[in-house]
Amino acid sequence: MAFQFPKSSETESSASRPPSAFDSASDIIFRRLAWTCAALIIGLVAYILWALGIQALPAIGEHGIGFVTGTTWHASQDAFGILPEIWGTLYSSLLALLIGGLFGITIAIFLTQDFIHHRLASVFRTIVEMLAAIPSVVYGLWGIFVVIPLIKPIAAWLHETLGWFPLFSTDLAGPGLAPAVLVLAIMILPTVAAISVDALRRIPYKVKEAAYGMGTTKWEAILKVMLPSSSSGLLAALVLGFGRALGETMALAMLIGNSNQISLSLFSPANTLASLLASNFPEAGKLEVQALMYAALVLLAITLIVNIVGLGIQQYTVRKFEGKL
Amino acid sequence: MSALQEKSQVFVAEPFQPESDTVIDCAVNKIYYGDFLAVRDSVVPIEKKKITGFIGPSGCGKSTVLRSLNRMNDLIDIFRFEGSVMYHGQDIYAKKVDPVVVRRYIGMVFQQPNPFSMSIYDNVAFGLRLNKYKGNMDERVETALKHAALWKEVKDKLKNSGLSLSGGQQQRLCIARAVATEPDVLLMDEPCSALDPIATRMVEELMLQLKENYTLALVTHNMQQATRVADTTAFFSVDISQGGRTGYLVEMGPTQQVFEAPRESLTKDYISGQFS
Ligand SMILES: Nc1ncnc2c1ncn2[C@@H]1O[C@H](COP(=O)(O)OP(=O)(O)OP(=O)(O)O)[C@@H](O)[C@H]1O
Ligand SMILES: [Mg+2]
Repeated sequence: MAFQFPKSSETESSASRPPSAFDSASDIIFRRLAWTCAALIIGLVAYILWALGIQALPAIGEHGIGFVTGTTWHASQDAFGILPEIWGTLYSSLLALLIGGLFGITIAIFLTQDFIHHRLASVFRTIVEMLAAIPSVVYGLWGIFVVIPLIKPIAAWLHETLGWFPLFSTDLAGPGLAPAVLVLAIMILPTVAAISVDALRRIPYKVKEAAYGMGTTKWEAILKVMLPSSSSGLLAALVLGFGRALGETMALAMLIGNSNQISLSLFSPANTLASLLASNFPEAGKLEVQALMYAALVLLAITLIVNIVGLGIQQYTVRKFEGKL
Repeated sequence: MSALQEKSQVFVAEPFQPESDTVIDCAVNKIYYGDFLAVRDSVVPIEKKKITGFIGPSGCGKSTVLRSLNRMNDLIDIFRFEGSVMYHGQDIYAKKVDPVVVRRYIGMVFQQPNPFSMSIYDNVAFGLRLNKYKGNMDERVETALKHAALWKEVKDKLKNSGLSLSGGQQQRLCIARAVATEPDVLLMDEPCSALDPIATRMVEELMLQLKENYTLALVTHNMQQATRVADTTAFFSVDISQGGRTGYLVEMGPTQQVFEAPRESLTKDYISGQFS
């Protein structure tokens, strides 16, 4: 029997009642439902890991750690190494994050800090979010037909005049890291911008008031108050954007040149794990499929690590800046 | 009834002419939020090195007038100010005046605590850094925190976030932040509404100490507080005769006179706690 407060004559007119049996039951049902959904998601992740692991097992036994440090991928010679792909994945994603993150957060600041009327801002925001709805293959085509021809002369000029600089040490022959990174940056921009907008919007009005009340200029208010106040949300935006960049497949397969090499040069072709998987699966034999499964596991591990590290940094900033110990 | 007669029925308080120098001469003609006329016809001089208290029922426009004194309301885009606020002989609402500069000299403590999400130390040092203060920062921060009656509670955790403090502590932190730069004029909007009696008394001590060199304007719902600290008191009320709820200045004068011998019956009723 549930606990009941005594109902004396004095409280006759009081409207206080314990929740009805129906209310309590729906609460319990809802809670169980939420738990079930959470468990299903965890189960799904575990299942994917397990299924990949089973298929990758032979390759893991065969190649061991050498798979991660090897630099060649020759299915015919049974030589499988993914170091160039790991490098390409991290390098392209980091560069894309640098560009996309910078622009994404700048756009978010522009849209939330009274630079334009709020109605216009929401129109802008919708446009930015629409970028996320463009299929990846369209980005790939756009990259091939627009971005590559556009940056080719710039790349040639940079290579000629600043060729000694590692970033410009090769010429852009066609597909390569630079166009891939540029397109990737645009692809992660809506993610970063949308989440940053939400983070900046969550700052209470009274904080903005406090900043301007101290006599800050707009720039000082943004830089010294708004950005630190929303730092954990902005970091979440960057982590999510980075995660998207790591896993992006189609556009990269079309633009990066799919060449197994490790180079700092922005203009040399490269390869990423996701792009390797997409381009090699269709014609892979049994051994190669196992190796590809191994590569998929590595990609998953990288994504997982990035997210965990990101979460860690985010928790740290929440503690440091927002005082929620 | 002619327009002229109608107009003469609008109550306008007898302008208060202080004996000492004024720092701010605020003459509100009309203050609007969009179409809503929030405050009308109120002349509020703020005397130099004195504490001017604003009292009146909720919603009568005390905060609105106070926030007009350092152009805080500019942040609200539907806000419109008609009138003038002369500060050291210059109208702060003049076109060429940058509100940022105004706010550097006329500081503000808000009705609700609003510390920044940074360490306690950085919160207090914020204004000092903003004004490129070159002196001993640590000393200045400590003094400000002591003034705000917060030093003892936070001296061992200056690196902790300002948001980790309790509501009342946060408000004292905001007071420390505002007084650290020692602005020429300090506007305080119910600074003690979240404080316990002990901290309230300490903040009142601070106000009395500050007024030796600086000028203060204080909104308060606490009549005792007004009598304890304010040299001059302005009583605002709400006028519903014009349709809408428009705030206006009913009476302003030396605190003792306003409380002991109010000229208007409205003031008397409010102070004695009788409402019609
Ligand atoms: N940002 C705003 N937008 C629209 N109307 C506002 C805004 N701020 C205040 N008002 C209106 O202006 C009037 C005066 O408000 P104000 O905050 O100045 O009152 P107050 O005297 O400070 O009241 P309290 O003692 O409750 O703080 C109120 O009717 C309020 O509804
Ligand atoms: Mg108020």
